[in-house]
Amino acid sequence: MTKLKLEQVLMDGDAIRRALRRMAREIVEMNGGMNRLAIVGIHTGGVHLAQRLCKLMTEDENTVPPQGTIDITLYRDDVFIGLPQPVVGRTEMAFDVTGSRVVLVDDVLFTGRTVRSALDAVIDYGRPDCIRLAVLVDRGHRELPVQADITGNRVTTQTHHSVKVELMEDGFAEDRVVLYAKEATP
Amino acid sequence: MTTFSLPHLIGLEGMDKGTITKILDLADHFKEVNQRAVKKVPALRGVLVVNFFVENSTRTRSSFEIAEKRLSADTLNFSASSSSLAKGETLRDTARNLQAMSPDILVVRHGAAGVPSFLAKHINAAIVNAGDGWHEHPTQALLDMHTMRERLGDLEGKKVAIVGDITHSRVARSNIFGLVTMGADLHLAGPATMMPPALDELQVTAHHRIEPAIEDADVVMMLRIQKERMGNDLFPNDREYFKYFGLTEERLKLAKPTAIVMHPGPMNRGVEIAPEVADGAQNVILEQVGNGVAVRMAVLYLVAGGGLLSQREE
Repeated sequence: MTKLKLEQVLMDGDAIRRALRRMAREIVEMNGGMNRLAIVGIHTGGVHLAQRLCKLMTEDENTVPPQGTIDITLYRDDVFIGLPQPVVGRTEMAFDVTGSRVVLVDDVLFTGRTVRSALDAVIDYGRPDCIRLAVLVDRGHRELPVQADITGNRVTTQTHHSVKVELMEDGFAEDRVVLYAKEATP
Repeated sequence: MTTFSLPHLIGLEGMDKGTITKILDLADHFKEVNQRAVKKVPALRGVLVVNFFVENSTRTRSSFEIAEKRLSADTLNFSASSSSLAKGETLRDTARNLQAMSPDILVVRHGAAGVPSFLAKHINAAIVNAGDGWHEHPTQALLDMHTMRERLGDLEGKKVAIVGDITHSRVARSNIFGLVTMGADLHLAGPATMMPPALDELQVTAHHRIEPAIEDADVVMMLRIQKERMGNDLFPNDREYFKYFGLTEERLKLAKPTAIVMHPGPMNRGVEIAPEVADGAQNVILEQVGNGVAVRMAVLYLVAGGGLLSQREE
């Protein structure tokens, strides 16, 4: 068992709000408008962020982009190496993926393995014109050649750190991004 | 962090409610996979599943094969007619040969009860029972419960009638263990020659006529009259059986108007079920077949060791 010790609050509620507003505008700008744009949150950390981004885009552009949720449990490359597996979650892709311009949304970009799995999962639903990646926090330490197109915040971390995005939708008292240090408990 | 694992699936006897619920919940997710454009996920890539079917089976084996393929597992079929068991090899030697192929999962169908547990002791692979003699057929009962839950919600307190040859039915046995655990109000009916002794030790109600069993039922499950298993001495003839125990439209009116009609297949029309009921609006028989693939995907995923399900870290 490891215990998490709070080391630093990386972003508070205001910082998250500002970053998301900028990210929403950058997504629309990069796409040249809302045409064929679809926002897909990666379960679980990306789902609420995708919803917030959709809301912000809707306010700016007066169009609601199609939204999806993808769970990558069945696409993981570590199913059989003995790690405890997360519960398989809901995947909902209620729009035609073929021909759409998908923006994958996740909370923290770390090794890149989740994103690799999510790419496979999206492609199983059809052939999108392109897939882009938006993350709230990029904490480095990539193990695969994966980079975000749109980033909220870049932070320097050590591998023993854990970066958590805590949102009010998940029952936290306030929005914040926190850097924890993992400590082995005796 | 809590973990949950399923080393083998031999039967539902002794399986707790939480485990059954987890399997059924997981099957819901696999049902979604079965509705996608590409009905395949890489979860069991590189896993070898041997389908060891020493008794004829078309639908169960096909259902397992589809489930295996949709999970990207490698599959190998061993069937009764082609296997060396037909040439006189003992089960223990066959087990040794199977072991030499290093399968990760062995799906077993056998005419003798106890073969899956025997293999579980002698082969280093996860064993999934696909039906053994009169013992159990756990994936069939799980898919039946999945279909019931999808149509009726929570099974607690729902009246389920199982009608037919209870003694010789592994489907009935697995369903009895599973449904009693899930809290269903279970009623069994069949001719005296087809009702097992000591039913009062289980939390079920036994009847010797079909009518009281299906009265106000939420589910009416008809069992197949398995002529190949019973000889001719359990009832006089098909017409007589249909007259007293066949599910007709008239009898079905005794059940709730919303009741669903189930059958594990293959059906004997005019013996245990009237053709009008078999084709009627209340039957969910083909839904059962579809749910079978999703439930078997869930079971294979769990026994493969992707099987460690956990709650997310708080």
